[in-house]
Amino acid sequence: MSLLHLAILSPFLLALLVPIVYKYVRQIHTGWFVLFLPVLLFSYFFQFISETMGGHSVTKSISWIPSLGIDFTVKIDGLGLLFALLITGIGSLVVLYSIFYLAKDKEQLNTFYVYLLLFMGAMLGVVLSDNLIVLYTFWELTSFSSFLLIGYWYHKERSRYGAQKSMLITVLGGLSMLGGFVLLYLMTGTFRISEIINNAGDIFTSPLFIPAMLCILLGAFTKSAQFPFHIWLPDAMEAPTPVSAYLHSATMVKAGIYLVARLSPVFAPHSGLWLWLVAGVGLVTLLWGSFSAVKQTDLKGILAFSTVSQLGLIMSLLGVGAAALYYDHLDENIFIVATTAAVFHLINHATFKGSLFMVVGIVDHETGTRDIRKLGGLMHMMPITFTIAAIGTFSMAGLPPFNGFLSKEMFFTGMVRVLEMDIFNMQTWGFLFPMLAWIASIFTFIYSMILFFKTFTGKYKPAQLEKKPHEAPIGMLIPPVILASLVIIFGFFADSLLSDTLIAPAMASILPSLLNDSSKFFVEISYWHGFNIELMMTIGVIAVGTIAYLTFPKWKNIYKLFPEKRSINRLYDGSLELIQRSSNNFTNSYMNGFIRTYLVYIFIFFIGMLSITLSVKNALKITIDNAAPIGVYEAILAVIIAICAIAILFAKSRLTSIILLGSIGYTVALYFVLFRAPDLALTQLVIETVSVALFLLCFYHLPKINRKEERMGFRFTNALISVGVGVVITLIALSAHSNKLFDSISQYYIENTYEKAAGKNMVNVILVDFRGFDTMFEILVLGIAALGIFGMIKLRLTRRKDG
Amino acid sequence: MKSNDIILQTITKVTLFVIILFSIHLFFAGHYYPGGGFIGGLMTSGAIVLLLLAYDLKTVAKILPVDFKIVAAVGLLFAVGTGAGSLLFNVPFLTHAFGDMNIPLLGETSLHTATLFDLGVYLVVIGVTMTIIQTIGESE
Repeated sequence: MSLLHLAILSPFLLALLVPIVYKYVRQIHTGWFVLFLPVLLFSYFFQFISETMGGHSVTKSISWIPSLGIDFTVKIDGLGLLFALLITGIGSLVVLYSIFYLAKDKEQLNTFYVYLLLFMGAMLGVVLSDNLIVLYTFWELTSFSSFLLIGYWYHKERSRYGAQKSMLITVLGGLSMLGGFVLLYLMTGTFRISEIINNAGDIFTSPLFIPAMLCILLGAFTKSAQFPFHIWLPDAMEAPTPVSAYLHSATMVKAGIYLVARLSPVFAPHSGLWLWLVAGVGLVTLLWGSFSAVKQTDLKGILAFSTVSQLGLIMSLLGVGAAALYYDHLDENIFIVATTAAVFHLINHATFKGSLFMVVGIVDHETGTRDIRKLGGLMHMMPITFTIAAIGTFSMAGLPPFNGFLSKEMFFTGMVRVLEMDIFNMQTWGFLFPMLAWIASIFTFIYSMILFFKTFTGKYKPAQLEKKPHEAPIGMLIPPVILASLVIIFGFFADSLLSDTLIAPAMASILPSLLNDSSKFFVEISYWHGFNIELMMTIGVIAVGTIAYLTFPKWKNIYKLFPEKRSINRLYDGSLELIQRSSNNFTNSYMNGFIRTYLVYIFIFFIGMLSITLSVKNALKITIDNAAPIGVYEAILAVIIAICAIAILFAKSRLTSIILLGSIGYTVALYFVLFRAPDLALTQLVIETVSVALFLLCFYHLPKINRKEERMGFRFTNALISVGVGVVITLIALSAHSNKLFDSISQYYIENTYEKAAGKNMVNVILVDFRGFDTMFEILVLGIAALGIFGMIKLRLTRRKDG
Repeated sequence: MKSNDIILQTITKVTLFVIILFSIHLFFAGHYYPGGGFIGGLMTSGAIVLLLLAYDLKTVAKILPVDFKIVAAVGLLFAVGTGAGSLLFNVPFLTHAFGDMNIPLLGETSLHTATLFDLGVYLVVIGVTMTIIQTIGESE
């Protein structure tokens, strides 16, 4: 086990220790003991930058299930490192924030940090695993820990609802993704991602290629809250704010993005479907998310839909960037910019969205509400929070000089260049891309402004607030301040700080086929591109957005076109209820509790299976060549048995039935006599006597009420089924007799009964000697039956309880 | 109701031994002629049932102060023990051995471990049937 493995597993190890620390060190907030780990991990991962900058990657492997090709292989390349840094960096800030957010004496801190550490380790595992199955394992662990974190305040009904919803949707996607991974394995014969990427050239002709792609994309879309699977994210906002900031803005929801980026080299080069699906779904999500965010009144609701839309933006950029893989040369490849923008915006989004969530948490913490209709005029009370919020929202809206502006410009560039594509039918519908992107950006601008101005400017409404607002404690402010300063730093020095260190290596992982041995991506990020169409678009966004924001009350009614009744949430709730109700109805319809019905099922199945097998196998064959001649006695006995058996059906009294049954038993004993089986005859006689006596006993003890003597009712279906069973069994018996393939083995017994077992009664010798093992367990059965009867009759707990 | 069952009881006293002797005969003859542990056991319990019919549960319990559940258990022990005994001689489970032996009183006698196994069956069958009949008979 290398240090790298230890780094990934260290959060799990620390999670083991947290409850102990929580129990014995009550004076100090448990978070302080957790904080050191993400910081340590961050600095550990930070030193890999020099490695990845040189275009190298680090791979370490320990075997786990080598016979199945499943090894815990860790690979650090540009993309994995970028995510690892995001996870540990934002993780440290979130832990610091949570120390001040969660009260020491009111919350169950041990469970919180255990879940959070589980999540952190799982997320590191997802982004650094080079083995698909290991990736899947960690992937489900993130779903699971996210479920636990959303339901952290489990006494609240909405938390449980949100946790269940996110669990169902992400696990649905996770399982489908596992299916996709298995299909990939079938096509390539390996679970190693790097090997799959190397073999990607051959697999696109396979019939499994498209199903694998769809399955994996479903996994990525559900995890990254893409349309229409975005519905779990707004409900996940019931989690504590540090969790929302960490999981539902910076890390977990980007797992799907990671997966798409990671597997782009496999699927993208040969398939227009990939481009259309990823970019299309991304754009729809972008538009729908930003559109829905505007109507929210809860701050976290706005941020949730904003996250949805920003994830859609990144996803669409990754989709468009896939076009770059279609051309296998680096020069003049104008579609690379989309991938650059995706990676860059990924970083930017983590910074500004993390800070915004923390701001919202502060506002919630200090005023007691997150409803923007109650908030307003907090600017003077919370100047620092206000500043952070300004930076965050303006960056989100895409205004200069923040980093959001840069990535939005590049986003527009990427979308505009779609127009120049002449592949995958892009020339016909490609114009939609920049148009939708532009409209979505306007909505983004509007909700950013709402978020900012409705909270911090306007009239201060102290009557509606539960607490008297004041500035947050310093500890709560440090993490958002760091993130906000990153927003500005990345805004001003993006090119020098990020492009070579993080973005170019990450792009090398997403678009590996474009690189030769020595070439590197050249990323240039700058404010000024000259007067071009992107700039016009940004100006347009600001102008139209400002007007729309100011006139928002006038066009608010447009949202009534999309009533709650017809939303996807309703669809989810309705289908969940429908599934429950219909499966309940289905179960109730056939599990009706009557043994008679179950017997009917069993016998119908029995008849069906046997007759189908008989006909399919052509086994029906009746010959009488080797039949013995029928004697008079056999015929008479057969007639007696038949008469008795039929008479039972029409007997009115139960006593008659019992006696008729007895006479059948004795006739069978006579048959044994006739067919020369004295042991059987003796046993049959005695046993029949005993069982008839027991039947009479039961008869005597029947309850007096409802003891009408009446004939068995006639049901046509029952008659049909019994005749069917009889016919099928008779046919099978006759066919089996006609199809005898081998001689009996009884010759051995005849020869050896005296020679080897010193007996002359062959039946008895078989019972106690040749096959004594059966006999041993048959007497055990008898013993169990006797003890069972004894227990049933003697042990009457209910009566004893009644006194 | 107290009835006078003198004929039944007297005949029972005589027949009982005949039946028991017959059942023992069935048991021992099993290896060569029809019979064996199962039918022998059923016959013996049939004799005890006759006793039960002629007298009552308490009298029979006094005559035969035996817990028939233990009889069944002992029978199972015999059967399993015979099987396990063969393991001591390093042969597979339930391998039987037989041979002629010179026993002081009986002289030259043919002995077979299968009889011990059959004895187990015999005891289990008696124990089981009697347990069932007694239990049902005692319950109200």
